[in-house]
Amino acid sequence: MDWSALSVSLRLAAFTCLFLLPLGIWWGRRLATTSFRGKGLCEALIALPLVLPPTVLGFYLLQQFGRDAPLGSAWAALTGGGLNFTFSGILLASVIANLPFAIQPVQRAFEHVPANLREAAWCSGLSPWQTLWRIELPLVWPGILSAAALTFAHTLGEFGVILLVGGAIDGETRTLSIAIYDRVQAFDEQGAANMSALLLVTSLATLGLVYGLAGKRRWSRG
Amino acid sequence: MRLLLLLCGWLLSAPVMAGAPIVAAASSLQFALEEAAQQFTQQTGQALRLNFGSSGNFRRQIAQGAPFELFLSANEGYVQGLYDEGHVDDAGVIYARGRLAWVQPVGRYDQPDEQTPLAGVEEAIAALEEGQRLRIAIASPEHAPYGVAAQEVLQKAGLWETSEPLRVQGENVSQAMQFALSDEARGGLVAYSLAVAPALSGRSETVLIPETWHTPLRQRMVLTPQATRAAHAFYEWLQQPEAKAIFDTYGFSTD
Repeated sequence: MDWSALSVSLRLAAFTCLFLLPLGIWWGRRLATTSFRGKGLCEALIALPLVLPPTVLGFYLLQQFGRDAPLGSAWAALTGGGLNFTFSGILLASVIANLPFAIQPVQRAFEHVPANLREAAWCSGLSPWQTLWRIELPLVWPGILSAAALTFAHTLGEFGVILLVGGAIDGETRTLSIAIYDRVQAFDEQGAANMSALLLVTSLATLGLVYGLAGKRRWSRG
Repeated sequence: MRLLLLLCGWLLSAPVMAGAPIVAAASSLQFALEEAAQQFTQQTGQALRLNFGSSGNFRRQIAQGAPFELFLSANEGYVQGLYDEGHVDDAGVIYARGRLAWVQPVGRYDQPDEQTPLAGVEEAIAALEEGQRLRIAIASPEHAPYGVAAQEVLQKAGLWETSEPLRVQGENVSQAMQFALSDEARGGLVAYSLAVAPALSGRSETVLIPETWHTPLRQRMVLTPQATRAAHAFYEWLQQPEAKAIFDTYGFSTD
């Protein structure tokens, strides 16, 4: 077992969730409750990482992260470091790659909150924030938990994007799934087998949680 | 709540391994350098982080600013290229000369003799005409020096075109070795240093390819501008007799 790779993977997954969940709630609610110009395009852009080959995303990010590119040079001006081959770089890549996983489940959940419920809350004198906090969030929490679980599990398994922009550096950008690839190449099949089993169990447990929550939601609605 | 605090603490305390120099090394060094690094760490107490891959990939990543402190290439050209473009401060030193070898899975086919090390390739091509497809593994000639050497050898023997439908390419020479020992393969042209490694010598049969059949694999290493004192120390250590002895056991020549 490559513990430093496990630590990198867990850290990456935790930070990705930390950054994406507020964004997921904000955008998921917005997309579910309002309609605006270019909403279709916006949803398409969010869903894009689902179908785009990870190498394509990785390639564009690798270019954008370079010191000559606008994003890379802005980052270098802010922090003094580069984005390619750093933890910050794979975190940014992971946040982008996980947008659909963080936003879509929350959006679906908000879509199931009746609009008149929200209006009733406003009429009862609750501010929009209070409505969100006391009425909506308690109703959509299974969606939020699903989003968190999917984002977490998908980040643990992400390979192509991380390989391209991360460069598999021990303790920095070598995640568990890349460590498995490296172990296979180093003819260490036992090491690869252990880590693969860990990822298999984690992924299965995550999906079990997600589907369990979905079932609960269906059941509670009757 | 306490758990949450612990989690936050761990997130913030993160880069744990920070400090140990990151070494980028050609896949042909997979076993030899691991042993060398282990001895170095035992003697000096200095940990190292080893990254194996194709030399061409590392050359590109270093040019893009990857935080490697020492780069051990499987050829000279990539180090020279980095030097010419100003990414490293000197052209480094040659630490070993690598050898290409024909490798096949153990006990399944006739072993070619030393005069005709490419007999396996010819057999596989002949078998293709009878409808049997036995794979020949090489590393990618695009960015792996051992792949380039394999291509030169096959071209010189006039087997490059005819072996085309049989060839499978590893992303680096270590993966090519894996392919060469798989059930679908007749064998492959890979690094001798992998074939003689204890982990694999029991699984493979090996015939050396004469060095004059390809451009010599003079393997050059170089420190990058971000090299720390520890990286400098390892660079010096790799040029000592002790390290050379390790390279020798893995079939490199270091004279």
